[in-house]
Formats: sequence, C-alpha cells, structure tokens
Amino acid sequence: MLQWLPENIASYGAQYDAVFANIYYIVGAWFLAAELFLFFCIFAFGRRKGRKAGYLPGHSWKAMSWVLIPAVVILGFDLAIDHQQVPMWRAIKEKQPPADQTVTVKGKQFVWDITHPGADGKLGTEDDKQTMNQLYVPVDKVIHLNLEAEDVIHSFFIPNLRFKQDVVPGRSIKGWFKAVKTGQYKISCAELCGVGHGNMGGWIHVLSEQDYQKWLRGEEITTSRLDKDSL
Amino acid sequence: MSTAATATLDRYESPSVATGRMGMWWVLASEIVIFGGAVVCYLLYRWHHPEWAESAVHTNELIGVINTVVLLTSSLTIVLAHDAAHHGDAARAKRLMGFTILLGLAFLCFKAYEYSHEVAAGFTPVKNLFWSFYYFLTGLHALHIVAGLIAIATVMRGVGRRENMQRVEYVGIYWHFVDVVWIFLFPLLYLAPKF
Amino acid sequence: MYHMQTGHAVGFWRKYVFSTDHKVIGLQYMITGLFMAILGGFLAYAFRMQLAYPNEAVPLFGQVGPDVYNAMVTMHGTIMLFWVAQPILVSGFGNYLVPLQLGAEDMCFPRLNMLSYWTFLVSTVLLVASFFVPGGAMGGGWTGYPPLNARMDYTGVDWGGTLWILALALEFAAALMSGINVLSTTLNMRTKGMTLFRMPLFVWMQNAANLIFMFSVGPLIAGALMLLADRTLQTGFFIPAQGGDPLLWQHLFWFFGHPEVYVLLLPALGILTEVIPTFARKPIFGYRMIVYSVVAAGVLSFIVWAHHQFVSGINPQLAVAFSLTTIMISVPFAVIIFSFLATLWRASIEYKVAMLFALGMLAEFLIGGVTGIHLASTSTDIYLHDTYFVVAHFHYTMFPVTFFGMFAGIYYWFPKMFGRKMNEGLGWIHFLVTFVAFNVIFIPLFAFGLAGHQRRIYDPSLWENLVPYQHLHVIATAATIVLLLGQIPFVFNFFWSMKKGRKAERNPWKSNTLEWDTPSPPGHGNFEAAPVVYRWPYEYSAPDREEDYRPQWLAPEAKP
Ligand code: HEM
Ligand SMILES: [Cu+2]
Ligand SMILES: [Cu+2]
Repeated sequence: MLQWLPENIASYGAQYDAVFANIYYIVGAWFLAAELFLFFCIFAFGRRKGRKAGYLPGHSWKAMSWVLIPAVVILGFDLAIDHQQVPMWRAIKEKQPPADQTVTVKGKQFVWDITHPGADGKLGTEDDKQTMNQLYVPVDKVIHLNLEAEDVIHSFFIPNLRFKQDVVPGRSIKGWFKAVKTGQYKISCAELCGVGHGNMGGWIHVLSEQDYQKWLRGEEITTSRLDKDSL
Repeated sequence: MSTAATATLDRYESPSVATGRMGMWWVLASEIVIFGGAVVCYLLYRWHHPEWAESAVHTNELIGVINTVVLLTSSLTIVLAHDAAHHGDAARAKRLMGFTILLGLAFLCFKAYEYSHEVAAGFTPVKNLFWSFYYFLTGLHALHIVAGLIAIATVMRGVGRRENMQRVEYVGIYWHFVDVVWIFLFPLLYLAPKF
Repeated sequence: MYHMQTGHAVGFWRKYVFSTDHKVIGLQYMITGLFMAILGGFLAYAFRMQLAYPNEAVPLFGQVGPDVYNAMVTMHGTIMLFWVAQPILVSGFGNYLVPLQLGAEDMCFPRLNMLSYWTFLVSTVLLVASFFVPGGAMGGGWTGYPPLNARMDYTGVDWGGTLWILALALEFAAALMSGINVLSTTLNMRTKGMTLFRMPLFVWMQNAANLIFMFSVGPLIAGALMLLADRTLQTGFFIPAQGGDPLLWQHLFWFFGHPEVYVLLLPALGILTEVIPTFARKPIFGYRMIVYSVVAAGVLSFIVWAHHQFVSGINPQLAVAFSLTTIMISVPFAVIIFSFLATLWRASIEYKVAMLFALGMLAEFLIGGVTGIHLASTSTDIYLHDTYFVVAHFHYTMFPVTFFGMFAGIYYWFPKMFGRKMNEGLGWIHFLVTFVAFNVIFIPLFAFGLAGHQRRIYDPSLWENLVPYQHLHVIATAATIVLLLGQIPFVFNFFWSMKKGRKAERNPWKSNTLEWDTPSPPGHGNFEAAPVVYRWPYEYSAPDREEDYRPQWLAPEAKP
C-alpha cells in the first residue's frame, strides 16, 4: 500500500514516511491476526451433527482476561505509536526552524494568491513578487509560510512535501517546509471551498539557487512548466 | 388512551419514577444541552470581545428586572397549582394556571416592547455580534415561553375535566426550567457586561 | 378500486398510517429509510460515474457540473447518515424491538412516538424538496462549514442550504422524541424479572446510542440556528469580518459528529449481539464487560471530537491531547470486537444469511477500525486529512454498520415482522455480491488517497498528479454498479417473501429473547400474557440441558 505515496521531497520526508510505515505494520499485524482468527472460527466451528457448542459465558475474571489482556496489549501498542509520532507532529507544526525566507499564501475563491519577497528577502517591500497559483522557492532553504484566507476556508496541500494546513479567514497561520529536491510539484486545495474547489490548485517550483536568482530578476528559466498559470 | 402508561402497575418491574415525570426529565436534559451549548458559545465570544460591554450598556435592565420578577412569580403560581391539583382542588389549580399564563403573556409583552425599542434605536440583530447573541438567546427563550404557555393551556383544559391531574406537575417542571434559563440569561446579557 | 376500500378507510389509516403501535412506527421508519437509501445510492452511482468518466454525461442522470457534483456529494452524505442509518438502525429497529425485548406492550409514550415519525417524515419531504428549489440542493459538504455555508454567495446555493438546516433540525427533533421513548420505556416498562442485567445487549446499545445522541446534539442545534441566522439575516456568528469565528462551528459540529458515529455503530453492534449468539448457539462472551465497554466508549466519545480538526488551525498542543483520547477509545471497541471473536470460539455456527451479514460486518468494520489509527495519529493525519483515504476509512466503518448491520437485522427479524421467512438462496447471492463489490469499491480508494487525491473534486482528470491512477476510479465505479444491482435480489426477496415466503413459527431460530415469545407477527399489545423473565438472554448450549437454548421466559424446571 505505502508505495502509493508520492515521492517525498521534504527535509523531514524520510522520517515522516517512516512513521507512516511503522503504524502501517503494527496495525497491519493486528488486523491480520484478528481476521485470521475470525475466518478460522467461521470455517472451523460450523454446525456439525452430534457436536454441541461450548458454554463459555465469560463471566469470570479468568475467562475475561482472554479478551482484556489483548486489549491492554493493544493499548500498549497504541501508546507506543503515539509516542513515536508526536515528535514528528511537533517538528512540523510546533517548532519552526529559523526562516531563510518567508512567503505569504492567501487562499481565495478559487486561486492561491502568493506573495514572494523580492531580492531584498523581505515581505512588504516594493520588490515583492506576486503570483497566482505559482509558488517559487529555492531548494534546501527553510521557507516559512503565512497562510491566510480571504473569503472561506481552503486548505493548502502539497502532497510531495507532506504539507497540509487549512487557511482560515481572520487568521494568519504559520507553516514551514524545506524542499530538498528541485522540480515542479502539485499544489491543491483540500477543503471544499465552493464550486471552483475542484479547479483550485497550482504548482510549487523548487529551484536551484541560480535559477531562483534568475527568476527573481525576471529572466527566462529553462524548466518546462513555468508558464502554466492556472492549475 | 395510552394503554401502556396506565397499565396495571405490577405488570412491570417496579418503576423508579412516574413515567410522565421521567419523560419530562428527558425533555429537560435535551433542552439543557441546547441552551448550554448556546450559552457556552456566548461566553467564549464574550471572553474574546471585551468591547461588547459598550453594547451591553444599551440593554434595558429595568425591564429585565421586571421580567425576572414576573417569571419568578409565575413559577410560584404554577407550584401552587401543582399543590392544588395534588389535593384534588381542580378549580383552584385551574385558576392558578390561568394566572401563570397571564404572567407568561405579560413577560412576552414586556419583551416585545423591549425589542421594538431596541430595534427602533438601531440595535438590530445585525448591529454587531453582541446584539446577534442577545436576540438569539432571548428569542430562543421566548419561543420556549410560548411552548410552555401552550402546554399549560392544554393541561388546563384537561384539569377542567378533572383528567390527567398529574400533568400539572409535569408542565410545572417545564415551566421552572424556562424560568431558570432566564435566571442565567438575565445577568449574562443585561448585567455582567456592564461591570 | 379506490372507493371500494373507503368502508375500511378508518381502520386502515389508524392501523398502518397514523398508528401509535411501536411496531408499525418502527416499520414506517425502516421503510422510509430504505426509500432514502435508494436515493442516496442513486446519487452515489451518479457521482461515481462522473469520477470515472469525467467528461461524459451520466446515463440516467445527465451532465454533472461542479455545482451539481457538490450538491450530490453533500446530499449523499447527509441522506446516508441521517435519513438512512439513523432512522433504520436507531429509530426503526429500536422502536420495533425494544418494547418486545423488554416484554412491554408498547412504548410508554405512544403518541409522542407517532409525532416522532411524522416529524421525521416532514423533514424527509423538506430534504427531498430541496433538490428542486432554485439554486439547487445544499452543496457545501455534509459538515456545513462556514463561512462557505454562512453566505449564499459563497456557494451559489440559495434555499437548498436553508432547507437543509431546517430538515436536519426536524430530523434531530424526531430522533430526540424517539430516544426519550426508548430511554423511559427501558427504565419503567421492563416485564417482571427483567432486571437491567438481564436485558438483551441490543437494548443496552439502543439506550447508550440514544443517550449519546441526546447529550451531543444540543450544542449543534444551537449552532444550526446560528448558522441559519447567518444565512438568512446576515448576522456574523461565523463570519470573521463581523467578529465571528468559523472554527467555533467546527467544534460544535464535531462535538456532535464524532459521538454520532457511535450513535449509528452501537445499534448495529446491538444487532450483532443478538444475531451472533443465536447462530453460533453460544452465549455472548463477557456480557457485563461489553456493557461497561459501551459506557466507557460513550463517555470517551465526548472528548475526541477535535481529531477532525488537526490541521484546521487549532492549537497544535491541543491536537496532541485529542490524538491521545482518540487512541484510547480504540480500547473499549477492541474489547467488544474481541468478545465477539471469543463468542465464535468453539461455536456451532449456522450459516444463515443473517449470520453472514453479521460476520461480514465484523470483518469489514475491522478495516475501518485499523485505518483509523493513521488518522488518529496527528502527524500522519496531516497528509491524509481530506483525502480519499478518509473517504475509504469512514465508508469502511459506516457502510458495514449501516448496510451489513441492517441486513443482518432484517434477515433475522423478518419472520417476526411479517410471519414468513426470507429465501436463503437469494440471500446468499445478495450477501456475496454485496460483500465482494463493497471491497472492490473502497480498497482502491485507500490507494488513491495515499496518492494524494483530495476529497470533493468533481473532475480528477484536471489533476496531473491523479491522472495516472484514473483506472482506480473506473474500478470503483464498476463495482458500485455491481453493488447496486446486487440489491435487486434483496428487494425482490423482501416483497416476495412477505407474500409467499415459508411460514415462520413463533421462534424460528430457536432464540432466547422475549420477542420470540410472541406470535409472528405480534398483534397489538404484543404478548398474549404478560411474560415473566427467569434468566439472562444468552443461555445457549447450556451443559445441563439437552436442547441448545433456554429462552428467558421458560420457567425453571423443578429440581428433583
Ligand atoms: C452505495 C455505496 C456508496 C458509495 C459508492 C459511496 C461513495 C462515496 C464517495 C466516492 C464519496 C466521496 C465523494 C467525494 O469526496 O467527492 C462519498 C462521500 C460520502 N459518503 Fe458515501 N458511498 C456509499 C455509501 C455510503 C454510506 C452507507 C454512507 C453512510 C452511512 C456514506 C456516507 C458518506 C459521507 C458522509 C460522505 C461525505 C460527503 C461529503 O464529503 O460531504 N456513503 N461516498
Ligand atoms: Cu478548495
Ligand atoms: Cu471523529
């Protein structure tokens, strides 16, 4: 199943997918055990002439322990899963490494309005670069995002970065990522936002440092999809 | 009519509470979570919007106080009606329920007067969120008053025919509930914001 | 033809339409629910066709644009949960069976019960009417999130959304009335000998479900009124520009929404607690343990809601706390599932269709359960939230509950309801097709979710990252058609058996609970003589008795 996940280009990618796999194998094992037991019973204990079912009401603690002990073991595994995954969550949503650059992403029906800092590296100055649905970032740099919305709730989703955050009107939510591989990757909107929801998306362009500088200066870059403006 | 409710008592495992009263308690439980949810929403917003105090100044606490007294009195009359019904005095029970209905109607009249003046002064439900909540909470409450009045009137008709006297108690419970909701709303909307 | 019947009109209307008999009301709820299931299933067919062949008109439906798509998905979800699962599993089976299993003559408020059904019917009419108003039906998602749904301009849906809120409010009111009846009847109308811990687990589950519903729905009713005001009066309860907070709605909604899945799950588990012991010829394993697990799960269900909001902008630390409670709630359900497994151990299973659906529900629900862990874990949920992984996950919980649970119940109690048995052969076909097709629909959707397919988009072919996997949509759609066609044997079987099925005696499955002590079907007032209960309901295959069951109403044999 896990091979269905798209290529991971986030700095925390390997770790993230490992959490995924870990949960997958633990619950997968439980699942198989339970189903095997179920199907074993179904086939092994069919009605047969002359055989009466056992009388096991499970009233005593001793009998109940057959159920309670596995349940406690499950609890143990669950806690172990949570223990392992929470640091990942903290690293993504709580602790932010210092920014190399900050970009503002504003969702509105039905586009992503993106404001990049210009050559001065600061937002809110003359040379800010504004784009629609196209996010340009240098590779291997920590990018902070100010995530905002103008009208309704949208959700900024970049599958290859394992990044998702709802954007909510009236709030500015901080997010971050560091892309480690150049290329173009899909951006989508994951929260139903109206009739145009199915068309709301864009591309993230992870550029090498030179390409990024070129883009800042407004020069042609030799990557294929750069002129694609809509989706 | 309801065959089951009046069936011979020893047909069932000993019931703990009279069936009608129990039904009423469940109704109240459902209502409490509705009002509870609404009030908690208000409190959460109020917490984040200290500036609502400025709007709250414009509520008419004089009428609020009068209405509180009116409702408390009506609770008293319904208790007395229950007492009368309990002692089999149908005429007295009926009279007291009539008083209760009159007091409830008085409450609604005061409320209508209050609304109309507020709206005339520009404090409409869309003026700001405080006023939205004000109309929402008091309006929901007023609807419950209306429902309570209808229920009391229905039971009153039965009492006139000396039928289902136990129902006086059940509408009484409901009426107390409506009263208690007001006891919460009054300080929260009229008073607390001002201090 | 028509006027010939007028002589009987009064009798007929009192008996089958404006009836206060809990059995008739239960059947009314079920039949209305089944009709709505046809509608919900048809919508699923139409939008699944659109997903598989995005640019073509859907046969029997027509062209599907984005606005129509949104409306169909929203209405599909709303209908399946609140007009199929809830009326059938909670109000339908609950009404029919709770008084019977308790040994009562009826519910304790029969007229309230009738009012409940008619309120529900009005809500159904409103909901169906909302398809035909200008602007079309509600298209803002079954979760009704504002600001999207707080202003008509954001969706273009006009009256549809308003009717949707009103219909839901009425449906909730109807469910509350029905719930009050179940709760009061259970407390006050248990026949002699029916102590609380001798009640069938089905009754326990019904009560738990109704309690959970009652205590979770209130805040949402308040919120729905606020949303209605936002839509119609332009107030700003949920509009940030006016000082409102859209996240408040999400809290209100999910404070109800999560418990609601247990409201639907518990009655279905209740059906299994009756069907499985009967056909396993074995006592349920750990009766009290199951009761306590249900109580624990019910309590916990009120503190897990924010797991639907991990990436919605709530405080990340809060998310960690909710992740922990969510993971904890898997324990009581693990206990219940293991108890069922233990019940099957050394059983003597009769492979009747009711049993097949019951076992099928167990097998499928497990998949829904284990995939939930990826969603309860905050970090993996970042990626999976609002993708088809979630769609597949909740269908693996809700579909088995709604349809497998319901079919198990129908095949099992049909002889009681109509005095005749359903045909087992047709039932086997129905089961096999449903079981296989269901898996073929939703397993591919797990994969698609992992590939990054977001929810609620009308045309996957617009998305370059999804195009390579389009065949998964085709597979799922083909299976949907098979699944829907697979219901034809059931519909036929249902009506045919009603008239022509083999006559059923009182207790055709040799079960223990009190409903089998009545004639099939039971008359008004249910029991010929007030039954007395002597033991718990799961006395199957007791070693000291030759027959492999010992009904609750059977007086103990005198000791020699
Ligand atoms: C006939 C079998 C069914 C099929 C083929 C089916 C298919 C689907 C699909 C593909 C979606 C996602 C559409 C999208 O996000 O664009 C969906 C949504 C949904 N379904 Fe089903 N479903 C079926 C039965 C059920 C049942 C039995 C229930 C619940 C009891 C249910 C409840 C829902 C809900 C709540 C949604 C979410 C609606 C929303 O996003 O607002 N479905 N269904
Ligand atoms: Cu969107
Ligand atoms: Cu949930």
